[in-house]
Amino acid sequence: MRVNFVASEVSSGIRRNLTMTMAVIITVAVSLGLFGASMLVRAQVSTMKDFWYDKVEVSIFLCGKGSDTPSCAGGPVTKAQRDQIKADLESLKPLVVSVYYESQAEAFARFQEQFKNSPIVDNVKPTALPESFRVKLSDPTKYDVVASAFAGRPGIEQVNDQRKILDKFFRLLGGLQLIALLIALSMLVVTVLLIVNTMRVAAFSRRRETSIMRLVGASNFYIQLPFLLEAAVAAGIGAILAVVGLVFVKIIVIDQVLAPSFQFTAFVGWDAVLAIAPLMILVGVGLAAIAAFFTLRKYLRV
Amino acid sequence: MILFDRVTKLYANQERPALDEVSLEIEKGEFVFLVGPSGSGKSTFLRLVLREERPTKGQVWVTGKELNQLSNWKIPALRRQIGTVFQDFRLLPNKTVAENVAFALEVIGKPASHIRKVVPEVLEVVGLEGKEERRPDELSGGEQQRVAIARAFVNRPILLIADEPTGNLDPGTSVGIMKLLDRINQLGTTVVMSTHDQAIVDQMRRRVIELEGGHVVRDQPRGVYGYAR
Repeated sequence: MRVNFVASEVSSGIRRNLTMTMAVIITVAVSLGLFGASMLVRAQVSTMKDFWYDKVEVSIFLCGKGSDTPSCAGGPVTKAQRDQIKADLESLKPLVVSVYYESQAEAFARFQEQFKNSPIVDNVKPTALPESFRVKLSDPTKYDVVASAFAGRPGIEQVNDQRKILDKFFRLLGGLQLIALLIALSMLVVTVLLIVNTMRVAAFSRRRETSIMRLVGASNFYIQLPFLLEAAVAAGIGAILAVVGLVFVKIIVIDQVLAPSFQFTAFVGWDAVLAIAPLMILVGVGLAAIAAFFTLRKYLRV
Repeated sequence: MILFDRVTKLYANQERPALDEVSLEIEKGEFVFLVGPSGSGKSTFLRLVLREERPTKGQVWVTGKELNQLSNWKIPALRRQIGTVFQDFRLLPNKTVAENVAFALEVIGKPASHIRKVVPEVLEVVGLEGKEERRPDELSGGEQQRVAIARAFVNRPILLIADEPTGNLDPGTSVGIMKLLDRINQLGTTVVMSTHDQAIVDQMRRRVIELEGGHVVRDQPRGVYGYAR
């Protein structure tokens, strides 16, 4: 293997075909960037799930004065009912990890804290807020067990699963991620087509060399290698640009803009970026090599 | 060296075969002229030897191998044993004389030290010493063909295929090229040359195979270009 010879063939090939090579680099960068972004959104969703599912609770609201659900027909919850519910909840261990009772006064204090800048606070009396049990589950997906045991019981107005609210939000993010992934996939298809065309032009502009190589008995590998490397180098540069873009997004958009503004949630860490970057490079270079390989089989036959 | 056993080549979309049941043998060390009008099958014959085409029927043996049974990845090894020269030289315009010759060795992975040694040698054989750094467009037609011959011969092939090598050259220059091919033949390389050049064939008095309409119509050990028919 003459490394120098192959290297000079590759660099002269890239120079000769500069505009097409640039086009390949840019398309690869954009499509892989989108691909990486969609992967990042997915990592973000799973980070947030881990963060939030750890915190979500099942809330069991007890009947108050103004409650009008059928289970509250007997008026506000009695002490006996309340104690019974608490005992039943405790009996559900280990699914139930902890039970916290929030009285009307505590609920009011929390309400005041949440809406302290809003005039609505002045219009709400402590008695308007229901007392509740906050239940933490070892497996948040087993919400149904709690719901079926307690919903509709006398003295219980409503059983609420915070996970349901979160799930809506995560579904939205998941949808966005899917759209980004679809766009990325179609861009990757465009990239493959562009590489195929670039290789075709390159094969045509070098047909004299390749025909001589065939005649003097150069192996297929030797004839195709410069083309393959050319495609791989262009794709590699594009992939590196895409990775740089991803790192940029992590530093500027996530760490400096999003994270300080939304402190209530966790954001993806560098481990996610580190996991996605090699995948992007692999996908980019692999796609280019596959595209080039099949083009060359067609245009550089023995 | 070359054995054709009832070889028929029919190209797609053509009714008449380019070669029709051709059988012939060329021995090692021979110098053979392939003559005949355009379309008589000369080029097809040469392409079959180079395994650029496969015969429709029959067997082609080159250097002891049956080309139909030769797998694709072995074709380069076959072609390394065969030098080829064409009417249109097929040099790389952006490379110098020495680079053009060296290219043939580089692409088959020969080491640089070997290339540095043999390229000047072969340029001397073809009479181009002192013109190593010229580019093809600075050379005459005859000199360009010498570069092409040097490139074909630099790997010391056992067979040289020449497809009308003097077709673009004037008679005086052609004689020089023929002397060169004769010398290469005397160094032990079998030469098969297709040509329309009557004067050269008559002068050289070598074996002549005449093709017409895909058939061998004449095969003479020391022939001339054609009978006055």
